[in-house]
This record gives sequence, C-alpha cells and structure tokens, in this order.
Amino acid sequence: MSAFAIYAENLTKCFGSFTAVNSISFSVEAGEIFGFLGANGAGKTTAMRMLCGLSKPTSGAGVVAGYDVAREPEKVKQSIGYMSQKFSLYEDLKVWENIRLFAGIYGMRGKHIASKTEQTLAHLGFEAERNTLVKALPLGWKQKLAFSVAIFHEPKVVFLDEPTGGVDPATRRRFWEMIYQAAERGITVFVTTHYMDEAEYCNRVSIMVDGRIEALDTPKNLRQQYSAPNMDGVFQRLAR
Amino acid sequence: MLKFLIEKEFKQLLRHSFLPKLVIAMPCIILLVFPWVASYEVKNVSLCVVDNDHSTLSSRLMQKVAASAHFRLAATASGYSRAMQSIESGDADIILEIQPSFEEQLMRGGEGQVMLSVNAVNGVKGSLGSAYLLSLLSDYAAELRSERIPAPAVAAVGSIRLLPTYFFNPRLNYKAYMIPALMVLLLTLLCGFLPALNIVSEKEAGTIEQLNVTPVGKLTFILAKLTPYWLVGFIALSIGFALAALLYHITPAGSFGTIYFFSAIYILAISGFGLLISSYSDAMQQAMLLAFFFIMILALTSGLFTPVSSMPQWAQYITVFNPLKYFMQVMRMVYLKGSGIGDLLPQLIALCGFAVFSNTWATLSYKKSK
Repeated sequence: MSAFAIYAENLTKCFGSFTAVNSISFSVEAGEIFGFLGANGAGKTTAMRMLCGLSKPTSGAGVVAGYDVAREPEKVKQSIGYMSQKFSLYEDLKVWENIRLFAGIYGMRGKHIASKTEQTLAHLGFEAERNTLVKALPLGWKQKLAFSVAIFHEPKVVFLDEPTGGVDPATRRRFWEMIYQAAERGITVFVTTHYMDEAEYCNRVSIMVDGRIEALDTPKNLRQQYSAPNMDGVFQRLAR
Repeated sequence: MLKFLIEKEFKQLLRHSFLPKLVIAMPCIILLVFPWVASYEVKNVSLCVVDNDHSTLSSRLMQKVAASAHFRLAATASGYSRAMQSIESGDADIILEIQPSFEEQLMRGGEGQVMLSVNAVNGVKGSLGSAYLLSLLSDYAAELRSERIPAPAVAAVGSIRLLPTYFFNPRLNYKAYMIPALMVLLLTLLCGFLPALNIVSEKEAGTIEQLNVTPVGKLTFILAKLTPYWLVGFIALSIGFALAALLYHITPAGSFGTIYFFSAIYILAISGFGLLISSYSDAMQQAMLLAFFFIMILALTSGLFTPVSSMPQWAQYITVFNPLKYFMQVMRMVYLKGSGIGDLLPQLIALCGFAVFSNTWATLSYKKSK
C-alpha cells in the first residue's frame, strides 16, 4: 500500500452528529493526476484536509507519501504541497519573497532557493514581476504563482483545492499545462474542481456524493458506464 | 526555518502602513500627555469666600489663600446661601466662610472663627482640598501669633515643629512616580495587543492555514511572531526614556541594564498573553475586545493609580496574578530607589513564571490540525 502516493481506507470525518466524509477508500498512484469531484458540501474539502494533516480523521486510515495522516501529520506536511481554495500567499510580500519564505520553511538552502527562483520566474514569464507585491497581481497570475510555490520544494504529492475558481479560460488552460508538467516530473496531483472540462484532463476521477465516493474510474470509462457524452453528463446523473 | 519566518515578520511589520508609525507615536503621546493628566496632585480647587467680617485680617486671609497654587478664588459671595448655589452649580468646590467679628475676636485674644463647606462628590479632591486649606489657616494663625507676641514669649510656650525628610522622591514629584509606570503601560499595549492582532489577521486572511499545512513547528512559529515585538518594545521604551529625561529630567536612579533585562522578560510574558488571546479568537473584533477587557483589568489592579495595599484583601489576592503589578514595581524601584536585580528577585521570579506559563499555554493551545 505504501507504493501508492495516496491511500485511503474507510476514511471518515464526523462533526458532531454530521458525517462529512463517510468511509471513503481509494488509492492514487505516483505521478497520477487524480480528479476529486463532487457537489458543494459533498465533503471534498474535508477529505482533502484530512489527507493534508490539517484535520484528524474520526476513523479509518489515510497514508500520504508513505506517512500516516493521523499519526505522522508533520511528516506528511513535509512531503506535500498544498494550494487552497482561498488564495493564501502573503499579499504584503513580494513575489520572490513569498517563494523564498515557503521554500525556506520546507528546509531549502538560501542559494538553491535563489537560483531556482530565477528559473521559476522565467518559466512563468514573471521576471518583471519579481519585486511586485503579490496583492498587485491579477487573480490568474496569483493562482499560477501559488501553484509554483506549492511545488517549488518538489513535493511527492500536491493537493489543489479548486485552483482555477474564477480564472479565465486561457489562464485555466495554461494552468493545466503546468499541472501536466508537474505530473511528468513525478509529482502526484490531487485536484478538486467544478469545471467538467478539467475533469476530462485527469487520469482518473472520483465523484463524491453526500460524503461517499459514488464513482471512481478514468473519464472515458465513466462516460461509457453512465452512457453520457461527456463528464458533465456523468456528474449531472450522479450528483442529482 | 526560523530565519525565514523572522525575515517575513520583519518585512511585513516594516511594510505595514500604520504599525511603524504607531511604535514611534505611542511613546510620544503617552509621555507628552499622561504625566500631566494622570496626577493625584490636587490643584486649582475653586474656592468661594464669604467674608462676613470685611476687616483687615479677613482680607489678608483671602489674599493668602488666593496666592496658593492649590486654590483659585472663584467667587466671593455676600451670604452663605449664595455661596451654596455656586457649589451646586459646580463653580466652587469649597466655601470658606469668615464669621462676623473674626478680627475683633482675634484682637481680643479669643478665637477667630471660619467655616469650611466642602463639595465631596470627588472624595479625593474634597479631602485633600480641605486639608490644604486647614494647613494654610494654621500657617496664618501662627503668623498672626508671632506678630503679636514677642518671640521669647512664644519660645516659652513651646511648640512642636515637624521636619519630614522624603526619601527617593525628595520633592514629592508625582511625575517621577507615574512615568516609570506609564512605560509599563506602553509596553503592555504595544507588545500585548500587537502580536494578538497580527495572528488573528493571519487567521482572517487564511494565510495561517497555508502555514499549518507546512512542517513549521509550533514553537518556531511562535518564536518568529514574538521576535519583532522584542525589538518594537525596546525601541518604544528607549523613546520613552529619552522623552522622560528631556522633558521632565527624570532618569532612573538605577541602571538601564536592569530595566532592559526586566523588560525583555516582561515583553515575553505579555506577548505570550497576547498570543493566548489570539488562540481563542477567530476574528479581529473578538481579539480586540478580549485584549481590551484584560488590559483594563490588569491596569486597574496593577497599582498604576491606586496602591495595591489599599485594595481590599480579596482584590489583593487577584493582583498576585497580575504581571503588570510586578513590572510596575520593578520600574518604580529602579527609577526611584535605584534597585538592582538582587533587590528585585521576587519580581524576577514572578515575571519569569508568567513568561513560561503564558507561552507554554499559548504553544499548547495553538493547534496546527483540528
């Protein structure tokens, strides 16, 4: 089971009498792009927070990058990158300062950070924005920067919680190119989204309904199974 | 890891639109305004005189009273009921009524009578005001006696003269007593409030979650948050020392080393308390209200204005848990008596205890995962 980048077995989270995540089991292979779909309130974010070590499971087990999320959350955190729904880089720090801060937190050395920052900025086409305060960047740029920061320390797994919410189609396209590049480098990508065209880009997709995983397969197989023309059709039938 | 976090805290602090100005402005305002307003010296007591005698001696008494810095001759009234109206309207605090035949009685060697009526809505002003007035009257009586009776005769009767010596604050300068305590208030406001608000603002912005999902240790996080406030506290304190010396010529009798040593521990204790507030607050308003509530209680029970020894026993027990009290004692003792660390061991132990207690609690209550 440790061969998997992410492994969950009967993972459950209850808040009082409400069961937000109800005994979900699945596994994600290294380098895979795993789409985690579901309606608002289906329990996606709660499940993701458990896998990131931010929230303790009520029962069940979760293993991320070889570490148990309940018993070794800090080791899990060392091995993952996380980009939340709410943009959460420091708005009052400059672009390079945000990169430097988070890289430093993950234990990278100052010199290494400096040289890799230049590469990353060049790759993003952000050289001119090096000294711009992050609050002055347009949303799409912020999201691309946040993703670059999340994978800057080469984590084994990166968790993306609705990374493209509110972003224009061209930037979304560019964002997914970046996701593919990361996956090619061997980074496992765990992504939630409400855009069904994005679901098509994933290697495999799971769909959560009321705290449970109702379907899990490749987009192609899911379309056949639910005899729908696209992922949107699959989602409509399940989430209804 | 710590290095990067401290770097971030300093960048954010210096880049903030308001905080650096606050760190400079706060000690200036506290030192410029508070020593003048936070004073128990009773001055300018408004006096209404009813002179029923209209004699030389009665007008001499009036002049003597009016010449004193403690009193202001607000009005003269033709009768007691008129004077009473001025007390009721708030124009006068004390009525001095000189009885008819005041001079005549004195000349005959009898007792000249005056009557005092005091507005005691403000008890301190009333009692201190009448005490000042009584001492003025007895001075006046002694003056008259020495004019009329030859010196040898006075000596023959014999009298007691008081010669008090005031230690540590020989000129009974109230500012010398208040300024060290105001510095405590300054550090409490800056180093107690600001870290709390800083962390809660990270909660509101959501950036704290981004940190919680990294391997940053709790202690590292808290240490990075506290470090800038040591510096902020020392800067504000140094501005305070400079202003106290320049404006009021008040410098510590003891050493600055002792003061900075205790300040370092106190900042740690009070910032830990601020962090504790932030652990239990999810919004800025909540943190503000909590911090304000506690700081008010702590300031009132610290001995800032009223001596702890005059509080009721149960209140004195509460003050045992007040770090402000200990640091205020330290500041006043170092400033006025020149005490060193050796004289302040109980306070040192208490403050260290608070620093350990508040920071341990703050570290434990900060949860990276729920």
